[in-house]
Amino acid sequence: MKRFFGPTSFTALLAGVVFGIGLTLSGMTQPAKVIGFLDLFGNWDPSLAFVMGGAVIVHALTRPLVLRRTQPIAAASFRLPNLTAIDGRLVAGASLFGLGWGLVGICPGPGIVGLGSGDSYFLVFFPAMLVGMLIHGRLAARPSPSAEPGA
Amino acid sequence: MSEYWLPLAGGALIGLAATMLMLFNGRVAGISGITEGVLNFKSDESHWQIAFLLGLVAAGLALFRVMPDAFTLGIERDLWVIVLGGLTVGFGTRLGSGCTSGHGVCGLSRFSSRSLVATLVFMGVAIVTVALTHQTLGAGQ
Repeated sequence: MKRFFGPTSFTALLAGVVFGIGLTLSGMTQPAKVIGFLDLFGNWDPSLAFVMGGAVIVHALTRPLVLRRTQPIAAASFRLPNLTAIDGRLVAGASLFGLGWGLVGICPGPGIVGLGSGDSYFLVFFPAMLVGMLIHGRLAARPSPSAEPGA
Repeated sequence: MSEYWLPLAGGALIGLAATMLMLFNGRVAGISGITEGVLNFKSDESHWQIAFLLGLVAAGLALFRVMPDAFTLGIERDLWVIVLGGLTVGFGTRLGSGCTSGHGVCGLSRFSSRSLVATLVFMGVAIVTVALTHQTLGAGQ
């Protein structure tokens, strides 16, 4: 806890604010808009395709520049995802996530940003999401050899 | 045309934020993973993870003052549907090690085939879910 007010917290806070502004401007905090984007066989609203498109283009272009450095600016080392397995866990997990996302139109990021609006929709979704994560933590066979950091 | 360029600009900011977290902290901006990290608490990563989530909430608090329309629900859902949605999103993103940010943005940006499969699966299932349930659950306005 003593490191809470250190530089890595400050830079993470900054990244979180920028991420949150991006999610809000893009429309991801509007469940009806998200569901409209997912309503491919109904009244499809393609606009949110530009969110992932814009994010991937910017990140794919700038990430390699960052990784030329030997270490990050505020931390000791880069921690990069090392899992490559395409297995049942991945597919089952992504399926469950897709089910929930389709039901309510909120994924984790907008679910957290939306708390700032005070709307009961978000105030119910967020704790339920935490409980889902806790249940997974309980059921998961003790520490898998290499947890994917921050994925 | 703001219908398209706002999502594009917002998306660009998301990509930029992911790069910021990599540049300064050396960490992947996967929101479900960061949230789980905070829940576990024990790790020595917790301090920056809490700060990142606080940043997300702060952005929401501030922008709700300026542009409350950005938080328009536009749909109605029964309480149990919202709870079920939250439970499956929380459980599923941890079982599958990632969500829209970790797999969809960060994973696709590094051309991970694992993340590509995850993204196609959750998008596909979400599309089918909406096709099957949206009319029943209520389309809202």
